[in-house]
Amino acid sequence: MQAFASSLVSVLFHGIAYGMILYVISVGLSVTMGLMGFVNLAHGVFAMAGGLLLSTAMAKYAVPFPLALLLAFVVVALGSVVLERLLYSKLYSAGELAQVLFTMGLIFISIAIARQLYGTQAAPVFLPDYLKGQINILGRDFPAFRVVLIFISAIIVVTLWFGVERTRWGAMVRAAVDNRDMAQSVGINTNRLFMVTFALGSGLAGLGGALGSDILPVQSTYPLENLVYFMIVVAVGGLGSLSGPFIAALMIGIADTATKYWFPELGAFLIYAATIGLLLWRPQGLFGVRS
Amino acid sequence: MGHSFLRKSLAVAAAVGILTGAASAQTIKIGVVNTFSGPQASFGEMIDRAFRLYIKLNSDKLPPGVKIEIINRDDGGANPDKAKQLAQELIVRDKIDFLSGITFTPNGMAIAPIATQAKMPTVLVNAGTSVVVTRSPYYVRTSFTIFQHCVPLGTWAAKSLKKTFILVSDYAPGHDCEEAYSSSYKPAGGEIVGVIRAPVATADFAPFLQRVKDAKPDALMVFLPAGRTATAMMKSFVDLGLKSSGIKLIGTGDIAPEEELPNMGDEAIGTISMFHYSAAGDRPANKAFVAAWRKEYGEKATPNFAAASSWDGMAMMFDAIIKQNGKLNPDKSIEIMSHFKTDNSPRGTIYIDPETRDIVQNEYLRETRRVNGELQNVEIETAAVAIKDPWQAMQKAKK
Amino acid sequence: MTRTGSYSGHARIGIMEALPWIAAIAVFFLLPDYLSLGARIMIYILFTLSLDLILGYAGIITLGHSVFLGIGAYAAGILSVKLNINDPFLQLIAGSLMSAVFGLASGAVILRTKNLTLLMLTLAITAIVYEIGNKASWLTGGADGLPGVQVNPFFGRFEFDLWGRTGYIYCVIVLFVVWFVVRRLIYSPFGAMLTGIRENTPRMHALGAPVYQRLLIVYTISAGIAGIAGVLMTQVTQSVGLNVLTFEVAGDVLVMLILGGVGRIYGAFVGPVVYMIAQDLLAKQFPEYWSFGVGVLLIFVVFFARGGILGLVDKIAARGRTP
Repeated sequence: MQAFASSLVSVLFHGIAYGMILYVISVGLSVTMGLMGFVNLAHGVFAMAGGLLLSTAMAKYAVPFPLALLLAFVVVALGSVVLERLLYSKLYSAGELAQVLFTMGLIFISIAIARQLYGTQAAPVFLPDYLKGQINILGRDFPAFRVVLIFISAIIVVTLWFGVERTRWGAMVRAAVDNRDMAQSVGINTNRLFMVTFALGSGLAGLGGALGSDILPVQSTYPLENLVYFMIVVAVGGLGSLSGPFIAALMIGIADTATKYWFPELGAFLIYAATIGLLLWRPQGLFGVRS
Repeated sequence: MGHSFLRKSLAVAAAVGILTGAASAQTIKIGVVNTFSGPQASFGEMIDRAFRLYIKLNSDKLPPGVKIEIINRDDGGANPDKAKQLAQELIVRDKIDFLSGITFTPNGMAIAPIATQAKMPTVLVNAGTSVVVTRSPYYVRTSFTIFQHCVPLGTWAAKSLKKTFILVSDYAPGHDCEEAYSSSYKPAGGEIVGVIRAPVATADFAPFLQRVKDAKPDALMVFLPAGRTATAMMKSFVDLGLKSSGIKLIGTGDIAPEEELPNMGDEAIGTISMFHYSAAGDRPANKAFVAAWRKEYGEKATPNFAAASSWDGMAMMFDAIIKQNGKLNPDKSIEIMSHFKTDNSPRGTIYIDPETRDIVQNEYLRETRRVNGELQNVEIETAAVAIKDPWQAMQKAKK
Repeated sequence: MTRTGSYSGHARIGIMEALPWIAAIAVFFLLPDYLSLGARIMIYILFTLSLDLILGYAGIITLGHSVFLGIGAYAAGILSVKLNINDPFLQLIAGSLMSAVFGLASGAVILRTKNLTLLMLTLAITAIVYEIGNKASWLTGGADGLPGVQVNPFFGRFEFDLWGRTGYIYCVIVLFVVWFVVRRLIYSPFGAMLTGIRENTPRMHALGAPVYQRLLIVYTISAGIAGIAGVLMTQVTQSVGLNVLTFEVAGDVLVMLILGGVGRIYGAFVGPVVYMIAQDLLAKQFPEYWSFGVGVLLIFVVFFARGGILGLVDKIAARGRTP
């Protein structure tokens, strides 16, 4: 019994760490897809960019880890604005097929560029010594970095929710998700709102990619390999929702970890089967504002 | 690598042309079905560099007037339908004299029938599943088999590590390694306390390793696809405290690939791996090989096992060309290559078993250490001398 | 966006439509060294055609179409290797049926959803089948592939040869038959109804059309055709690998269709021909830049040539007529 309780703690711990990372990366996708109805398969590109930036900043320029995280967020957010203005914004009303193709094109290009710059191996991330080793909490050892990772993600989540629920910008986003035309007609500049939201979502993906590089190693095929997971979080959680993807991400993180721990032979079956089941049960996702 | 790669290939081609005198030239064409794109693209570069370096340094040994031309084709990974098409075109359109490369087993399986049909001497320089070399009488392999690594590893581990937990990628080569390791480890008195087959696409190993830690084995035996996921596994192994709790990490050379060691950092120190080649091997032939490699491709470049197999593969083709004085007959070529033997391989003494046309070589037990500030897989013991593929023997025993 | 190929008097086969077949015959005599590439192109045309039916004509976006190619491919492989059934036509029919049955079963469940949910379901189903293919190595050979597929000589005489002649002719004939059937289908009232569903689903509902049932039928047919492509691939390659079940292959075929032109029968012909010849020429010299080029091409098509190559041809032709 005690052994079981102990393994349960491990599974929950690793599951939450994984789920948190998935959430930080995917939440932007949920919001932008809910807000603009844009099927952005290339969201993982921003996460990869964040991870690569962190790796380069730390390995080449000896930037300290926290600063490198911040850098990943800011640079990816700014870069995404350029893409949004030049390309994405032209396709808001172009239909799903065009969006799918365009974002697939972005994925191919980013994979080629990442490979040219970083090769085929995972980009190295050397954590500072204070994040290595184990932390003792209530008589149990936990890997220090993952504890910190959960902590940082939690801060991000709380800040994000506070921002959306309590600020003027958040109110505008919620209004636009509910009814874009109405929001526009009451004087909300939806174009600018989209841009800022897109930048924030992409920046968060960059931050998540950097923060999670230990759990999801960053290499050139990252946007394609992890695409399914990001999409599952959003589809299962529901578009345009903040809390839906959070619960979905935690569920996936914990379920995935639990399968790996107790039934490794099931491999990836469980996740996919659960996704199919959930989507058939609730095609809008768990908390979807729109489908 | 793009530009420099192209430039160098042109340079080599030019050099070969000049050395042999293009006027009365007879060109021997070697078609290479290789992997230059996709997630496994690093193989392509290693194999191609080894081929070209060997040709550059040894073309004076060829019969007068003979020069070698390499025709590369990209299969993009394990794509049997494409690989077969490329091989077919190399044979009928480019009229090649040798076929080589063959990075992945499924591609080798698909090409086998046409190699037989066309009587095409084919040198496999990477694919490592035992059965592939049996698919065509015109196949010769210079690389390795999974059983060659994992059987001696089990024998060695049983001496001091009594309880093993096995973690393998859940695909055919992983299953092979699991079977091979158990086949020698259990009869020698070892106990296997758990087996995990992890999905190939696993990025985060923490949950698996947590379970290993809770099982408290003496050793964790790991088999993963070369390179890609090894670093993530290594980091989790240390992060979760398996290393500090005294569990020994053992596996094939794929868990500590030379090109990944700098990314792994000190976490990798102490890892035990069984492999047929290490760039750190102190045989004179290997030292010369590594030195030539670094002279050609830069101080930071390090050849890996695929490079060593390809180097020997090219040496073998040279042998067949020289012994026939440039006048090639496919059956004679395969006959000569089936009896190939050299003491000057970077891997030590190697030869081809004429019966199976498969490689016979030493297996080295290596430990990852920091030597002169550089992480290396130091060979600490020759664990098996001139080992034939154990799988073939097992098949015979079954019959 | 204007789309041709709807229910509007194109039902009779025009002279222009003989062109692909004349070209296919010409290749056989003029380019005998390129027949194995030719056979693979024919197979991809079939596969692209099957995608065109559901994406172009019925508007179903899928990222997992490779599952049907894979099921056909493995059905043929397993029939030959495990059950020693080596008759080419029997393999063809069995593989196509297997794939169609799977299309019917999975379609019955997922076609009730749409948009992102549907997209995710196609992805997840393909991922599961891939995992099964990988894990059931006693049946499929797993990651090592399933070699040793035998195909009896056609009519007891024509074997698959080194030059790929038999394989090429065989693929061309199968493609011709499928093309004929698909063409009939598209220009039938059924095809018109599909186009209606694609353009305006609520209106088709309002007209009392059995939308779900029609979608399910076309999905099943498409799966059956993709299965045929899979069987051909296995027979010509004489082995099967897990790659037929990957997302990459599903993505490739999507790109080929887009390149040729969605929702037009010859888009599925032009796309694979151009894509695969370009790949054959360029990927040899610059494999590293191939995916970069494909990405740029996709974005170019989305922004400037939504109708693909055939759409561009139409535009130029239209400009020629109205100076």
